[in-house]
Amino acid sequence: MSDTHAQSAAFVRESFIPQSPPPARERGILKWGRENLFSNWFYTLLTLVSLYVVFSLLSGFLPWLFSGVWNAGSLSECREILQGVDAGCFAVLTERWNQLLFGFSYPTEAYWRPTLAFILLFVCAAPVLFSGLPRKLLILTLLYPFAAYWLLWGGTIVVPLMALLGVVLGYVAFGATVSRGFATALVAALVVAGIVWWVGIAVAGAVPDFVALMPVPSRDMGGFMLNMMLGTVCVSLSLPFGILLALGRQSRLPIIKIACVAFIEFIRGVPLITLLFVANVVLAYFLPPGTNFDLILRVIIMITMFASAYIAEVIRGGLAALPRGQYEAADALGLDYGQAMRLIILPQALKISIPGIVNVAVGLFKDTTLVSIISMFDVVGMIRGPILASTDWNGVYWELYGAAALLFFVVCYTISQYSQWLERKLATDHR
Amino acid sequence: MASIPDQDHSGFRPSMLLNDRRYRGLTYQFIALIVIIFLMAWLGMNLVSNLAAAGLNFSYSFLGDPAGYDINQALIEYDSQSSHLRAAIVGLLNTLLVAIMGCITATVIGVTAGVLRLSKNWLVARLMSLYVEAFRNVPVLIWILMIGTIVQLGPSPRVYLGEEPERGLIFGLFAFTNRGITSPAPIWEAGSVWVVVALVASIVAAWAYMRFRKKALFSSGTLYPAWPVLPILVVPAVAFYFILGQPIGLNMPDTLANRFNLSGGFEIQRPLIALWLALSVYTGAFIAENVRAGILAVSKGQTEAAASLGLRPRRIMNLVILPQALRVIIPPLISQYLNLTKNSSLAIAVGYADITATLGGITLNQTGRAIESILLLMLFYLVISLSISAAMNVYNASVALKER
Amino acid sequence: MTKKMLLGAAAATGLMAGAASAATLDDVKERGTLNCGVSTGLVGFSAPDASGTWEGFDVALCRAIAAAVLGDASAVEFVPLTGKTRFTALASGEIDVLSRNTTWTFSRDNDLKFEFAGVNYYDGQGFIVPRDLGVTSAKDLDGATVCVQTGTTTELNLADFFRKNNISYEPVPIETNGEAQQQYLAGACDAYTTDASGLAATRATFEDPSAHVILPEIISKEPLGPLVRHGDSEWGDIVRWTLNALIAAEELGVTSANVADMASSAGDSPEINRLLGTEGNLGEMIGLDANWAVNAIAAGGNYGELFAKNIGEETPIGLSRGLNAQWTDGGLMYSPPFR
Repeated sequence: MSDTHAQSAAFVRESFIPQSPPPARERGILKWGRENLFSNWFYTLLTLVSLYVVFSLLSGFLPWLFSGVWNAGSLSECREILQGVDAGCFAVLTERWNQLLFGFSYPTEAYWRPTLAFILLFVCAAPVLFSGLPRKLLILTLLYPFAAYWLLWGGTIVVPLMALLGVVLGYVAFGATVSRGFATALVAALVVAGIVWWVGIAVAGAVPDFVALMPVPSRDMGGFMLNMMLGTVCVSLSLPFGILLALGRQSRLPIIKIACVAFIEFIRGVPLITLLFVANVVLAYFLPPGTNFDLILRVIIMITMFASAYIAEVIRGGLAALPRGQYEAADALGLDYGQAMRLIILPQALKISIPGIVNVAVGLFKDTTLVSIISMFDVVGMIRGPILASTDWNGVYWELYGAAALLFFVVCYTISQYSQWLERKLATDHR
Repeated sequence: MASIPDQDHSGFRPSMLLNDRRYRGLTYQFIALIVIIFLMAWLGMNLVSNLAAAGLNFSYSFLGDPAGYDINQALIEYDSQSSHLRAAIVGLLNTLLVAIMGCITATVIGVTAGVLRLSKNWLVARLMSLYVEAFRNVPVLIWILMIGTIVQLGPSPRVYLGEEPERGLIFGLFAFTNRGITSPAPIWEAGSVWVVVALVASIVAAWAYMRFRKKALFSSGTLYPAWPVLPILVVPAVAFYFILGQPIGLNMPDTLANRFNLSGGFEIQRPLIALWLALSVYTGAFIAENVRAGILAVSKGQTEAAASLGLRPRRIMNLVILPQALRVIIPPLISQYLNLTKNSSLAIAVGYADITATLGGITLNQTGRAIESILLLMLFYLVISLSISAAMNVYNASVALKER
Repeated sequence: MTKKMLLGAAAATGLMAGAASAATLDDVKERGTLNCGVSTGLVGFSAPDASGTWEGFDVALCRAIAAAVLGDASAVEFVPLTGKTRFTALASGEIDVLSRNTTWTFSRDNDLKFEFAGVNYYDGQGFIVPRDLGVTSAKDLDGATVCVQTGTTTELNLADFFRKNNISYEPVPIETNGEAQQQYLAGACDAYTTDASGLAATRATFEDPSAHVILPEIISKEPLGPLVRHGDSEWGDIVRWTLNALIAAEELGVTSANVADMASSAGDSPEINRLLGTEGNLGEMIGLDANWAVNAIAAGGNYGELFAKNIGEETPIGLSRGLNAQWTDGGLMYSPPFR
């Protein structure tokens, strides 16, 4: 009716009507609730069931949590204070907190050392985790293992320094000879590093007190610290092995391929606990008579083997996901195998594999609790062993396991959130 | 790049082993082979000399000796006079039992949680996220220990016992206690096999009827009714049951046999329940994530296309999304099944006698045959894992074939 | 080239091997500490206290051996071991002596190739049940669910006992004493069986110990003692005679309070003099200092003192001496003469 004149109409509104509010059921919490909670009878039922579940969980849990006792010397004292009220006896955490974190034989006056190592871990891992930070900071990451070793185990600073020197000189040697081929350079680097380490052992033996922290034998490590330590050490060690295994599995050389496949499938086919049994019970028989390196080292070897196999599979996935063209392009440039892998293939394959590697790392970190079964006192071992065996705290379960679960949850959740963030960041394909 | 290897045909020179691409691979492999053989020999020699030094030998003859210990839940006949080998087999069957039960329930839990996590119901989706994150980020050992404590919360079996029990059996049949679940067990008498045969036959017949019905619908458009399935299923078995004079009896849980436990009937013991529950809930969280990822991987266009065909949301999920998501879900699902099987080795934490607890635990302890037991244990797991992955790979291949 | 490295590695490990295969005594002296295997936590026998110091009856024996060999009762590295790992740890040389309430049996001695250095506690396997169950004898346990710690002789004895009496039971294998206790208290089993000393120790930690009874039957002999590897008799002798020195000291009235005094000069009793090294050369014979026994006794006291301090009637464990009294008091503790 475009020809209708304003004058011809009986009534024309001159101004806008103020917008009327949407009907009550179409706005605010009601609309949200209707759409998200009660949109049909099935969802309504689900919502009601969920509400009931949440209510019954919280109504049991919250009073238990909030009326808990935080200060008491033993479970019986707790019971006296509670007078029959059903509530947590968190005093065990207050009293044994340090044991849960550091084990029972780490020297009390040295607790600052693992704490500092823990904090430094974040600082030094940051350059790897966040590519936005200046690349120079990667030096910190490189220095970290040596610093952490010195902080945790103590002893003279000469040991980590010489170890570092060995790595640096080895790298220099590698750089100097790399033009003569990758294998030659690798051998040169290993020889140089070996010589420096050999000298280092001699020097460290000569001056055991030079800038020394109190040495702590690895048997004295325990608690959550042990889990963190095993997790970090084994994951970082297993990365290079995992890469080698993955490359070996993709190799065109049948013997190497078969060896790698056999190793990976064997390790992935058996539970970690059997490998730990091997570390604990069997490994000694396969080493020269009288060799005796400590349990923690044996466990690290086994967990590293375990993790390498899993990481190898993740990286193999990454390698397989690379377009064929990348391999062909590398060949076309005339790069040899080592160069092609180092310069073209691995950087891309590793980038794709990062989320998978993080998943393996989280899984492995959780699996470090299995060492409690072979009588090592990690956080679960501390709970099942000394704490529950003591006359004071026998009978406290939920508080202790809850605390352990919370510790793991915080660490693992943070890592997995990071991994998801990274995945989003690395997702450069357009969907 | 200046030199081309083909220029020189004058023959083989030793330096070519390192410098010629044609032979370099052989050299590397040869070195690798030598290293591997050397390493194996070295380990073997150490083993021999260590065993000799300790005055021990390597022998599996202990497997024939009487085990001397009892096992609470055994699928085959076993007592303390049975051999260690039999104890190991009992353990192996128990491992398989909990693994199979766990895989089934974990799949159910995982698929439900994964689908619900994507549901539009805000509360349910949040709750499922909470479940998934809580279980994924806490070690399975801690969950097993905690759930092991939870299942002890049931009533003592003594409430069911005696002439005048505090509680009657549920429906007069079942008892849930802190020792496990007891239910009546069937007693197979002569002729019972025919009832079972009839039942199996009627299941086949019912299935055939459903197929026929579907085919008829698709080919001619005739819709036959669905109700005949029920009589096909029930009637023959029931008829046989009565004709043969009720050959299957029920072994009811006996509340009077002793003062500690219900006896008779069929009992699923607490350790099995605890481990089963813990493993299924833990693995379920991982499966939920896989399912969610699989569903999200199906492109949105599929949902929209299905919706535009007029399918209802439930049917879209069942007919369009899930079948396509399945292809993405199955490979990680297989590895979760493998993980579950391997995690069942923590059974001893709740007192379940799996193979790690019998062969790798008590037998190892009592005989001191550490190397033999652990090698055998690893072999068992290896065989289980490899067969699961082989079977699943076959299935996976059959699903993947449909992809175009 | 890889081969060269491997040979190098083999040579290096060979060197380590050479250093470690000498006699245990020399190893211990060179190391300056004694590696002693103990349990992961059994109150009264070996358990770390709140500050992380190991305490208990088995632990005290380790300390006495360290004091005898090294002159320092604190020079002990305690290696906590489970039932499963204890024997391999000893066989592989990870520990020098295992003092972890281990039962002396024929097969352990001969098949596993260990040498038991004596008995520091005569024990036997018993049962604990809640009092309100009204059970008075283990033979009443027909059909009961029994918690048993796995990896010990207990589960074999248990099977034998029930088979012999032709009654049935359901075993629940459990890894640690702490968990067994928890399951027992939660009612997941009707009875808990382990060594009678362990039962007493366990009952001591209950909220209401009087609500539980230890049944009168002792179904097995459990002589618990320290053990060492076969083939190093000198070291075995040291462990054996350190234990004997503690037992003899109680018999002769030498205590941690008066041992320094008595050892300062030769006294009237020739056997005490020989024991404490003021007469004769027993220390030299065993390859230790003359005052080895003095150190061992001073470390924690004589056998009686150790018993009283760790598991005796004054402690929460509250064990009476029973079989473990001196032979002069009708017990089985009998040290061969120091001569």
